[in-house]
Amino acid sequence: MLSFALKRLTAAIPTLLVLITLAFFMMRLAPGGPFDLEKPVPPEVRANLDAAYGLDKPLLVQYANYLGDVLQGDLGPSFQYVDYSVNELIAQGFPVSLKLGISAMIVAVVFGSLFGMIAAMRQNSVTDYSMMTVAMTGISIPNFVVAPLLILVFAVALGWLPAGGWNNGAWPNMVLPVIALALPQVAYVARIMRGSMIEVLRSNYLRTARAKGLPMRQVMLRHALKPAFLPVLSYLGPATAGIITGSVVMEQIFSIPGLGRFFVQGALNRDYTLVLGVVIFYGALIIVFNFLVDLLYSVLDPKVRAQ
Amino acid sequence: MRRAIHALVASVVLVLGATQAMAVELAAEQVLRKGNGAEPQTLDPHKAEGVPSSNILRDLYEGLTGEAPNGDIVPGAAESWTISEDGTVYTFRLREAARWSNGDPVTAQDFVFGLRRSADPMTASKYAQILAPIENAERVVAGELPVEELAVRALDDLTVEIRLKAPTPYFLGLLNHSSTYPVHRPSIEEHGDKFSRPGNLVGNGAYVLSEWVVQSHIVLERNPQYWDDENTTINTVYYYATEDQSSELKRYRAGELDYTYDVPVSQVAWIRENLGDELQVSTYLGVYYFGFNVTKPPFKDNVKLRRALSMAIDRQVICDKIVKLGEQPAYGFVPPGITGYESQVADYADLDREARFAEARRLYREAGYSEDNPLQVEIRYNTHENHKKVSLAVAAMWRAVLGVDYTLINEEWKVFLQTRKLKQDTEVFRAGWIGDYNDPYTFLELLHSKHGINDSGYNNPEYDALLAEIAVQTDMARRAKLMEQAERMLLADQPIMPIYYYVEKGLVKPYVDGFVSNIMDHHYTKHWRILAH
Repeated sequence: MLSFALKRLTAAIPTLLVLITLAFFMMRLAPGGPFDLEKPVPPEVRANLDAAYGLDKPLLVQYANYLGDVLQGDLGPSFQYVDYSVNELIAQGFPVSLKLGISAMIVAVVFGSLFGMIAAMRQNSVTDYSMMTVAMTGISIPNFVVAPLLILVFAVALGWLPAGGWNNGAWPNMVLPVIALALPQVAYVARIMRGSMIEVLRSNYLRTARAKGLPMRQVMLRHALKPAFLPVLSYLGPATAGIITGSVVMEQIFSIPGLGRFFVQGALNRDYTLVLGVVIFYGALIIVFNFLVDLLYSVLDPKVRAQ
Repeated sequence: MRRAIHALVASVVLVLGATQAMAVELAAEQVLRKGNGAEPQTLDPHKAEGVPSSNILRDLYEGLTGEAPNGDIVPGAAESWTISEDGTVYTFRLREAARWSNGDPVTAQDFVFGLRRSADPMTASKYAQILAPIENAERVVAGELPVEELAVRALDDLTVEIRLKAPTPYFLGLLNHSSTYPVHRPSIEEHGDKFSRPGNLVGNGAYVLSEWVVQSHIVLERNPQYWDDENTTINTVYYYATEDQSSELKRYRAGELDYTYDVPVSQVAWIRENLGDELQVSTYLGVYYFGFNVTKPPFKDNVKLRRALSMAIDRQVICDKIVKLGEQPAYGFVPPGITGYESQVADYADLDREARFAEARRLYREAGYSEDNPLQVEIRYNTHENHKKVSLAVAAMWRAVLGVDYTLINEEWKVFLQTRKLKQDTEVFRAGWIGDYNDPYTFLELLHSKHGINDSGYNNPEYDALLAEIAVQTDMARRAKLMEQAERMLLADQPIMPIYYYVEKGLVKPYVDGFVSNIMDHHYTKHWRILAH
């Protein structure tokens, strides 16, 4: 177990290094720089700025310096938000994205699994078909369409919930973005759950359990849920990372100060350090999530452990 | 105790105000919530650029001069000033009562320190060129002279003297730009780069910074040390980062914002119908135009073609059908509304539509083009829905009137800026300009042959000479005449093709009192109050 964990973690280092290198040079290949403004700064001022941020050195030297700083955990100053360092911006934005993403994922797993189970138990019934129709609709309607509708109904018309803002993650501010983020995920999870549950329900050991006369409730919760949940789990790792890193549009629509907005604004402004910092952070995050899923898998599935 | 006295004073003022004026009733809670566009880049006044930062800094700091709600220059931290006869030496007398938000007096030395810091190459200010009219400023910024050589000095604790290299009639207007604000030396020395954080920032404006959540909001509280605090009404102001206009509108409709930074153009019709009274549209010191790259064919040495293309555009249609907010068609380059300046228009502005189109066709033929040999042209714009629509309309008009063959090319903003500057690939390109200060020169200087934003590559020695003459002219009437002459020269040569003058647009709740539109779109929270609602 320990050696498995160590092996996975060591393999992550070259991956991250490649990521940093690619991101660094791709960012520099993009035309225009952080100080190319509509009103160009005079050459003297430009020289001052380049010197202040070390952009006057050769690119390879800049790369070496950057790598050295990153190894010490310093992602550098932001070019765009000059009062802050990239570390500070990530420290401010990430908890917001994390709270939002995890909440949405919990909602997705709870409701998705529930709907998937019910649909599987009533396979090919009206309940099944209608649930799966709703799920398909949920997957096909993008949440940037759902979100403004939710705002119009619940914030503008009814006035029950705020139309935007974060307010330090107070629950009224979280309801609508969490729903909007979770909806397509609920649908995905429900479909995966339904499929795997149907398979499990047809398996021999489950037939045995039912033949023994165990109550349905016990059969489902004790014997069927765990194996049926495994495909959901393997979906969960990348999905959680995806929902945390990919909630940019929701953050924009609900004016939430998460990391996604920094990423997009950073790229548009050629905020080299901010974009690189977020890329490295996201990269590490995805590696960590996949690693956690592998660990969990080995806990839940004896076959994986044996390997 | 101070708060109690404060409240007492405030209520006395309120009572007096209420009895004197038309007995307006104020809201018990004086909190203003403003949409403020993109996240401000910084609250360091000397590094700030962009409207969102400037809006907040205007509440946090005060320059030597200030602005009235209508935009007129009024005394700010300086209560009075004198200008030498030749217009190059300004002497400012500071208010004795002026205090920093920590209680320290605001002194002449603070202004000297601030201006030196702003010009210091170490500060690397992107707006250091605002200081250019001050003697030696350009050489200090370039690092050729020490900051002590900047021609600003404290004659005593309350007197600041600034020497200019030439008379600059708009200089007083520059003194409420954030690049010229004073800064509190002890707190900068104590906190370094972190001086602009809540708890560290010491300002001399009507408000003080209390909270900053990046990409979310900034909260300012009233500064009881401000010299004119007794005439301030609003206690707390929230500046929300609202880069998405549709989201901003929804928050406004849900009652979470009292004032929006912008309105989504796609919903203007709905807004007019449903929120008509709250929509504020006013003229703005800005012009939307297209430039011709005059360094390369087909526009090099081809004024006839440039004029033909400009004349073939129906600007009224673009204003009425595309941008739709009440923008005015632009036949000149300097927007109207600058005091003491008569806006110029191209000589064809008065022709009716058909006559203009006929003249355009004639010039187009004279330039050597025809139906069989149409002009092939690329129109380049930065990726944006609005620019796409306007570019397409311009292209369609050229095709309809002259038979031009066009290609539209969009580029991401930073890529676009670079292409435009290189002048290699551009033929026709979109551009826009918002004046930095309330003077025609802020527009006219853009086409000086050496100016950094002259992406047309216009190079007319006569025009440059005229600008040089304007820069040193002390007789205001004569100066205005020279500027009018320069604008006419520009319109005759047509290196640029103005389309419309910008308007400033936003929504303001009916209970926000004190909003006055002005051409710079500068607003100070201290001038506003919240009525009972």
